[in-house]
Amino acid sequence: MTGGIPFNGPFLAVAVLIGIAFYIMVSKRNMIKLVMGLSVLASGVNLFLVTLGYREGGVAPIYTNAPPGIMVLPVPQALTLTSIVIAVATLALMLSMVVHIYRHTGSTDSEKSRIMKG
Amino acid sequence: MSKIVRSMASLLTLFAFIFGLYIIMHGHLTPGGGFQGGAVFASGVALFVVAFGSDYLHKSLKEHNLSALESSGALVFIGLAFGGLAVVFFYNFLVGSPIFGHIPPSGSNPGDMWTAGVIPFMNLAVGLKVLAGLSAILLVMALATNVAEVEE
Amino acid sequence: MAVLIGFLVAAALLLHPFGYPPSEMDDYIIQNTQSETGTNNAVTAVVFDYRGFDTLGEATILFTAVTGVVMLFRKKKKEEG
Repeated sequence: MTGGIPFNGPFLAVAVLIGIAFYIMVSKRNMIKLVMGLSVLASGVNLFLVTLGYREGGVAPIYTNAPPGIMVLPVPQALTLTSIVIAVATLALMLSMVVHIYRHTGSTDSEKSRIMKG
Repeated sequence: MSKIVRSMASLLTLFAFIFGLYIIMHGHLTPGGGFQGGAVFASGVALFVVAFGSDYLHKSLKEHNLSALESSGALVFIGLAFGGLAVVFFYNFLVGSPIFGHIPPSGSNPGDMWTAGVIPFMNLAVGLKVLAGLSAILLVMALATNVAEVEE
Repeated sequence: MAVLIGFLVAAALLLHPFGYPPSEMDDYIIQNTQSETGTNNAVTAVVFDYRGFDTLGEATILFTAVTGVVMLFRKKKKEEG
């Protein structure tokens, strides 16, 4: 392609976050660490959504006492609100299920509660 | 918890409740709105549960009261959505009418509180729903893990 | 694992340059917010007026999650006799 490849700082930070989250979910065995890895993944996706809508030198899209200048895009911020609430709901349900599994089998190891007893 | 924690927490939860309600009410002028204000209110409830214990809160606040509050918030939201059904679903039918119907001058201006049609009522309804829902989740989980440690 | 990280880094570098997004719908929204909805806050107008249907779905998700958590922690009442 013509020209150089642009060095997008925040997009690389999102790639690092998602990579760390996948590494945690693949290689750990404690159930609470798996849930926390999923929470880091949700944070990475929310950061990606917000930084998609940035315009160079822009201000917040609110007209009350606004400083002069162009405004950033408001639609990705609205989608991020919905995504954060959905992540909180998922996290609450997963943590309550972890509490129930711990009471039923007595350990938080995900290998011990994997085999179905006939 | 010790006496220092309890006396400071009783001051700070009141500040958190008022700040959360301020963010909900001014949703159409400053950054914020229903979801953000409800989350700030629920963090005030979390501070109360940590400092005083969940049994102390359970004596005066049962789960079915919180559930009734959340359901009423959801019903008000759907009722406002059906209110503008003459044109489309979710039409803003209060812009230009005497209640909450001023139109602000275009460009940068100090905000006028009586603008924005049906949006302040929707902010209140969604704020009630998020507030009651997150407080119910916190209370139920704190009660369940507290009682289990006492029994074993 | 290395294939995944390579794909993520390549995708992050090959998107549009940071700071110049394509924006036709958002230009219309920023121009016409104060005359159509009458509010100063463009983000609230998008959440409750231009895309109110997504907010309805999200309220349903929150209601379902709270119902699920409260139902999972209910105690069985032992009836004597």
